[in-house]
Amino acid sequence: MTTTDSGVELMSVNNLSFFYGTNKALSEVTMPIKKNRITSLIGPSGCGKTTLLRCFNRMHDLYPRNHYEGEIVLDGVNILDKSMDLIKLRGKIGMVFQKPTPFPMSIFDNVAYGLRLNDIGNSSVLAEKVEKALRQAALWDEVKDRLKQNAAGLSGGQQQRLSIARTLAVDPEVILLDESTSALDPVSTQKIEDLLLELKKEVTIVAVTHNMQQAARISDFTALMYIGKLVEYDETETIFARPANEITERYVTGRFG
Amino acid sequence: MKRIEKRKITNLIALSASILCAALGLALLFLILYHVLVKGLESFSLGLFTQDPAPPNRAEAGGLRSAFLGQGLLTTAAVLAGVPLGVLGGTFLAEYGRDSKFCRLLSQLCDMAVSIPSIVIGTFVYAMLVKPFGGFNGWAGATALAIIILPVVIRTTEEMMTMIPWTLREAAFALGAPYHKVITSVVWRASINGIFTGILLAIARVAGETAPLLFTSFNSSFFRFNLSGSVPSLTVSIYQYAASPYESWISLAWAAAFMVTIMVLFLNILGRVLIKLRTRG
Ligand SMILES: Nc1ncnc2c1ncn2[C@@H]1O[C@H](COP(=O)(O)OP(=O)(O)O)[C@@H](O)[C@H]1O
Ligand SMILES: [Mg+2]
Repeated sequence: MTTTDSGVELMSVNNLSFFYGTNKALSEVTMPIKKNRITSLIGPSGCGKTTLLRCFNRMHDLYPRNHYEGEIVLDGVNILDKSMDLIKLRGKIGMVFQKPTPFPMSIFDNVAYGLRLNDIGNSSVLAEKVEKALRQAALWDEVKDRLKQNAAGLSGGQQQRLSIARTLAVDPEVILLDESTSALDPVSTQKIEDLLLELKKEVTIVAVTHNMQQAARISDFTALMYIGKLVEYDETETIFARPANEITERYVTGRFG
Repeated sequence: MKRIEKRKITNLIALSASILCAALGLALLFLILYHVLVKGLESFSLGLFTQDPAPPNRAEAGGLRSAFLGQGLLTTAAVLAGVPLGVLGGTFLAEYGRDSKFCRLLSQLCDMAVSIPSIVIGTFVYAMLVKPFGGFNGWAGATALAIIILPVVIRTTEEMMTMIPWTLREAAFALGAPYHKVITSVVWRASINGIFTGILLAIARVAGETAPLLFTSFNSSFFRFNLSGSVPSLTVSIYQYAASPYESWISLAWAAAFMVTIMVLFLNILGRVLIKLRTRG
């Protein structure tokens, strides 16, 4: 583990390539993920941001014919190893998707879903953890009187915070977000950004965003990708003020393409 | 000018022809329904549910309580066997077999099986479960009905589950759920209404079947809570009483036809209402 002023390295991506069948979507990506920091992945659409994010929780394994090369090391273990226990891994590394994905059940049951998988049967412990997660996701005050109601009745912004609460409930070390505010109104987006800044005290966050102002506002580190390659990784300030690469400069100043 | 006029006339002819055909079809349908309703109501009495058929040409026609019970037993047994098997089979095709060519073939075979004439299934079961066991029996009848239900339930389950977007499953996987949990606690829950509708429509289908029962459970006048031996059913009763020369038995057949029509109509309408509810929210 390397310690620098800018944080401890929690994960390291080493020479990672990813293939959808024979289509190489990521080429030799190498970058650190710093603990208790927010790392943004930016870049033009189709450059491989989602693909990279879904390597961290091995989401690609759900579909046949996909494969990885290289490694992602977490706690001294290559999580891309075939023998990796995916259920444990996904308990450690949670994910929030672009569109809210409420399960067809009550608000309470949504948040309790992951906890029940881990056999937390004791109802008072369960209720406590659900409340804590909903508070962390800044949703508690809005839903505390209707926990038994179906989650489909919440607004889009509330559903997305519910997805975050559901992910937080199982106490992950890392949270991955894939353009999780792109479908939301400015007020909900603001709430979620504030929430992420608060959350990074406890978890490490990797967020894909197509919105550069958002990346500049919330992230400590930014990685710019282009056609499956990592173009530049640095502190967010550096990326936006003094980018080393010409592609980065063109992209962050909006003179791209 | 002329061309336009010609087109208008052609249009008028085609339109009136199709309206006429539709009206004729609907008129026939309503004529049948009307006839069944009128005749059925004439012969309807509460005794239908509490009495057994009286010997021919008495003042009292008697009732069909053994046929109601038999129909209930046959349908229940068929549903208990066909529905769980069908739901599990459909689940397998939609989830574990979604990328397998063999499973795609299986689901196409199910589509074909849905349109096998029920009399073929009746004769098949006759050869397998009636002949070798020395006579008509209710188990064979229930088996024939279950075989009719099975492909319908498999295909509806598969289709309803395939309609659930993958992002929902991914969200459950992302929380560390194993696949069987994702299916039982998320996918089934999201598609339960559609699957249930499919089951109702499948039951409605077998409720009106006569041919497969004629070859298997046949008929009997005994009131027994048992599927061994011949078992009476409403549809076979209609067939036999309607073909009899006795006035009182023919009127029983109308009453039975009335009841079957009402039940099938009810199940179908319930199924459609559920579909409406689901698509609305
Ligand atoms: N399921 C898939 N199968 C094949 N190719 C894919 C799949 N998903 C994405 N790709 C390809 O991989 C590349 C990167 O896509 P993606 O990671 O979704 O980009 P981004 O999230 O940056 O917009 C694109 O060229 C895309 O066409
Ligand atoms: Mg993307």
